[in-house]
Amino acid sequence: MSRFIVRRSLSAIALLFATSVVVFGIFEIIPSYNPARAIAGRNATPTTVEQVSKKFGFDKPFYVQYVNTMKLIFTGQVIDYQDDLNVVDQFKQKFPVTLSLVIPAGILWLIVSIILGSISALRVGKFSDRALMVAAILGVSIPVFLLAALLLYLFAFKLPWFPNTGYVKFGDNPWQWVYHLILPWISIAVLSIGFYSRVLRSNLLDMVNQDFVRTAKAKGLPQQAVFRHHVLRNSLMPIITMFGLDFATLLGGAALVTETIYNLPGIGQYEAQAIGNLDVPPILVGSMFTAFFVVLFGAFSDVLYALLDPRIRLTG
Amino acid sequence: MGERLLDVDDLHVTFVTEDGLVRAVDGVSFTLDRGEVVAIVGESGSGKSVTAMTLMGLTRSPNARFEGSAKLGDRELVTASEEQLEKIRGKEIAMIFQDPISSLSPVQRIGDQIVEQIRAHEKISKSEAMDRTVDLMERVGIPRARDRARAYPHEFSGGMRQRAMIAMALSLSPSVLIADEPTTALDVTIQAQILREISQLSDDSDSGIIFVTHDLGVVADIADRVIVMYAGRVVEQGTLDQIFYDPQHPYTWGLLGSITRVDRDPPRRLPAIPGQPPSLLNAPQGCHFRPRCPHAFGQCVEVPPLESRVADAPGHLDRCWLEVDDKRVRREVEGRIGLADPSVAA
Repeated sequence: MSRFIVRRSLSAIALLFATSVVVFGIFEIIPSYNPARAIAGRNATPTTVEQVSKKFGFDKPFYVQYVNTMKLIFTGQVIDYQDDLNVVDQFKQKFPVTLSLVIPAGILWLIVSIILGSISALRVGKFSDRALMVAAILGVSIPVFLLAALLLYLFAFKLPWFPNTGYVKFGDNPWQWVYHLILPWISIAVLSIGFYSRVLRSNLLDMVNQDFVRTAKAKGLPQQAVFRHHVLRNSLMPIITMFGLDFATLLGGAALVTETIYNLPGIGQYEAQAIGNLDVPPILVGSMFTAFFVVLFGAFSDVLYALLDPRIRLTG
Repeated sequence: MGERLLDVDDLHVTFVTEDGLVRAVDGVSFTLDRGEVVAIVGESGSGKSVTAMTLMGLTRSPNARFEGSAKLGDRELVTASEEQLEKIRGKEIAMIFQDPISSLSPVQRIGDQIVEQIRAHEKISKSEAMDRTVDLMERVGIPRARDRARAYPHEFSGGMRQRAMIAMALSLSPSVLIADEPTTALDVTIQAQILREISQLSDDSDSGIIFVTHDLGVVADIADRVIVMYAGRVVEQGTLDQIFYDPQHPYTWGLLGSITRVDRDPPRRLPAIPGQPPSLLNAPQGCHFRPRCPHAFGQCVEVPPLESRVADAPGHLDRCWLEVDDKRVRREVEGRIGLADPSVAA
């Protein structure tokens, strides 16, 4: 176990380093990119821009700039170029919003896709199976920006059942928190529900023909017990790995479309703005944030996998 | 012989496939009494496993059609509801499967899997069920059963896994035990031990055993009566002695002739039955064995009925048109029973 943790930590460091170099490098090669101009403001004279460039070290070579930026990030002093705000503080402030969005959405999509995938597999070939699988393809293929906009149009504008965007803190009013987040949760969950329920269905159908499922039936277990304890239990494992990684990227701000459309001040929205402004520090911190979660949840799902399947041992 | 346990009468199992109807079991009848071991013998695809699994309702699927009757005591199994079958499975009819590694759930402890079966039928606590499980595991020869019950299937050897399967099958003292090639996946020394376990346990518990196998050597060790199946039909059935010493069907001769014996001179080449078993989608007209049979003649395009043809042996049934005396001559090949080489016969 300790060996596993050490190896995963080392690979996390390597991944963070690689991510940061690549992201930093991208901005180095974008033509016409000049952060000094952004900092100096719209009406700055060339002289001012040059002064800013010197002050911030943009005239230094790539690796010096990289090292300086990393120093600022790890000492928590990095500021964005657009608004001169501390990026780490911004992340601290916005992360709870992203958590509010992503955790319930993750639970929602996991539960719904297990239910739908199971129904489909149990009624394979019948109308409900076909209907569900067509719906799943629709869910996978509809772009999030379209779905989010459609939901907003239908259920907040045409039928005023839900509020028209915005965010209320859980601590201020839990009921309003749920009320404001229902549509965003659905927007995020639909794509994964479509994908996960299809994967689960095919896992279940493979599993149904396994010899140990026949044994379970031969033992005289009721059908429900056969399904839950033997078929479903063994079919969930690939889902766990998928879930770990998908969930990690969402935590790192991959929900930027949803957050932007529903005006949720989370990491995704912050990142979306930073990308629009070519504002390097938030983009850099965001990428590393995502990379960190990917490694973390990759390790989590491996541990969970090993707990669920005794044949698997943890190796780095 | 004891009380009648099973009475299978003209059982048909047909699978509907895209290519047509597969008559996997085409009119099988037999009985099983308490304390008796009945072996069902045949090649792969002869319908022996399908017959056995149909008794437990394990072949039921939207594509399967059943006809005929299979009675456990006075209860009909073929038309029983799924709920009725759930009560019978594991408790009254239990099954040991061929491949003990894939037949046990890989993610649950062995003991828990046996406990699960006991608790599916009896309202007792987990710890009581576990105590019984440990007793059962000891009975089938698993050492340190208390510890080993906590192990997972991949931590068991093949022989130990099959013992665990046997313990599971015996956990509720079923009156009928179906063993579907229980020793095929095991090496020969383990095979002998497992066979001894099974026959010992059946003697102790006085249950009836249906032993499905393709291995006549195993049959000779364990069976009281033998049913020989070919391409979905019973071609011959009788007592162990009748089948081994006075076989009536050329297919049985072929099976017996294919056994190599260490106490005789080695044959020039391993004897085998020429040809392939027919596809059940498109079975030959008349006797199914006709295309492979060197003794086939004109009448073989009609299906021979399964009936008693040997005088003074009413229980010895076969499906072959040849005269009994003629058969006794034809089956002698190089001083033993066998299927004459077709090139020699021609």
